Amino acid sequence: MELYMSLTIGVLFTVGVYLILSKSLLRIILGTSFLTHGVHLLLLTMSRLKTGAAPLLGEKADSYVDPLPQALILTSIVISFGVTSFFIVLAYKAYRKLGTDDMEQLRGEQHE
Amino acid sequence: MNNTLVLPLIIPLLTAVILVFLKGRIALQRWISGLSGLVNVAVAAYILYQVKTDGIQTLYMSGWVPPYGIVFVADMLATLLVLTTTIIGLFCLLYSFRSIGEERERHYYYPLFQFLLVGVSGSFLTGDIFNLFVCFEVMLISSYALIVHGGTKLQLRESLKYMLVNILSSALFVAAVAYLYGVTGALNMADLSVRVAEAGQGGILNVIAVLFMIVFALKAGLLLFFWLPGSYGAPPAAIRTIFAALLTKVGLYALLRTFTLIFYHDPSVTHSWMGWMAGATMVLGAIGAVAYRDIPRILNYNVVISVGFIAFGLVSANQDALDGAVFYLIHDMIGKALLFLLGGMIITAAGTKKLDEMGGLIKRHPYLGWMFFVTALAIAGIPPLSGFAGKLMIIRGGFAEEHYVLAAVSVASSFIVLYSLIRIFMAAFWGKERLAAAETTPARASDYRMKLLSGAGLFIIVIAMGLGAEWVYGFVAEAGQTLVQPAIYIDAVLKE
Repeated sequence: MELYMSLTIGVLFTVGVYLILSKSLLRIILGTSFLTHGVHLLLLTMSRLKTGAAPLLGEKADSYVDPLPQALILTSIVISFGVTSFFIVLAYKAYRKLGTDDMEQLRGEQHE
Repeated sequence: MNNTLVLPLIIPLLTAVILVFLKGRIALQRWISGLSGLVNVAVAAYILYQVKTDGIQTLYMSGWVPPYGIVFVADMLATLLVLTTTIIGLFCLLYSFRSIGEERERHYYYPLFQFLLVGVSGSFLTGDIFNLFVCFEVMLISSYALIVHGGTKLQLRESLKYMLVNILSSALFVAAVAYLYGVTGALNMADLSVRVAEAGQGGILNVIAVLFMIVFALKAGLLLFFWLPGSYGAPPAAIRTIFAALLTKVGLYALLRTFTLIFYHDPSVTHSWMGWMAGATMVLGAIGAVAYRDIPRILNYNVVISVGFIAFGLVSANQDALDGAVFYLIHDMIGKALLFLLGGMIITAAGTKKLDEMGGLIKRHPYLGWMFFVTALAIAGIPPLSGFAGKLMIIRGGFAEEHYVLAAVSVASSFIVLYSLIRIFMAAFWGKERLAAAETTPARASDYRMKLLSGAGLFIIVIAMGLGAEWVYGFVAEAGQTLVQPAIYIDAVLKE
């Protein structure tokens, strides 16, 4: 199971990095989304995967999943959700005002 | 257990929430945020007093005893930085009353400012590495909103890059925390320190340490500062000031904390890499500071140089160097805030950012001119001003560890700092008088006096820190000692 998760995380990272390196702003935002998803899965996998166990069923439970990483992931998901929506609005606003979403043209210096 | 520790977060947070509901009532917003700023300074000073008399203060959230739950730790370093933050926040607020403009004030400038302070103070006080991430995010999200606040073309363009860089570094931060949790099973920093010491900082922990180093270096602008000069130049002077004075310093604080408390076992890997990074930062920053001829760029590159310099203190990591790093960090926060405020006033007075288009301001603005001149000397580290003591200790610590090249680079970079700032002084204040026409109206003149007053407040602190260096050193030495001996911090958190 860990192997499949690691491969998935690797693929998500690759896709994310590829998209972030492209010129179009919307692709870049999607790339950051993929990257953070990869990171969340990484957090889940690093706490060791167990099947069939729930987080904390009282002190005498035979087997339970560490609940802490899930709390961390939840926090991180909420943050990345907020940040991504802000980024999309910012990108739209920038597109309306600057007339382009091409990062090559947003380099700066020329119209200052 | 000490519940006052949460006040530096709660006060600005509640203020921000109240201010959101007072959207149109600008005068009231100013009064409330000013008052809350004052109260915040008083609370921070009170915590400093407690830490000085009773040692490190801790607060276990919801009574969960470490290593479980989130803990707030106020050691001397964190407390000094929180006090500095609240003071800078107060003076920046005073400055923004007369400079930020009604349009921005109406659109939630003051609440966002308070949220930023929440994030910064939280980052200093927390003793939990994931909570550090959360506080970073609170700070960063407010800074995203502030950097684009007003929505000029330049701001929109630069904020895109600023946001992208920070989202990437935050993703890496979470990944680093995930690895660290996977290896050690701990998040509490004191507990992490114990476990890393037990496991021995070998291969995999070094990889994690380097990952943390990259993350914090991105935030602090240590070598990875390519985003800094552009994005800090975009927003208006008040916002630029709070960014330059606080945001990169939070990254530096995180570096100081993690690499003295958790990853201090294998300096031949981590600290020597950081040494290269610090040296390169000072050299590249110095080149940038000399290369440009507009005020925001020059000042931004000065921020970069000082980041490299403080990192040099961390690289040497002995008592002298860490004392110096703490002293210089505090000096630099106040000094850079002052410098950026004065820079903003010069830009308004001259009506332009470009050095070539200004001149002769000294006739109408003598106080501004001389304050800028003395601040430039303080930043460069001329005795008896406040930059000197910190620089002296960092360089002495560097000599003790035989970092001669780095010491030479940092002394050389001090000269470049002095040169670049004096060049601004000469271009702006000497020569033929070229004033912006708008400056002469009475409303502008009263704005100017108010802004000068907020600058003067910080100016007095800079002078006092220089003349009273011995007294300040009493506090700084205690902070440095906690950094050199992690056991003090660990005992305070884990055994109570």
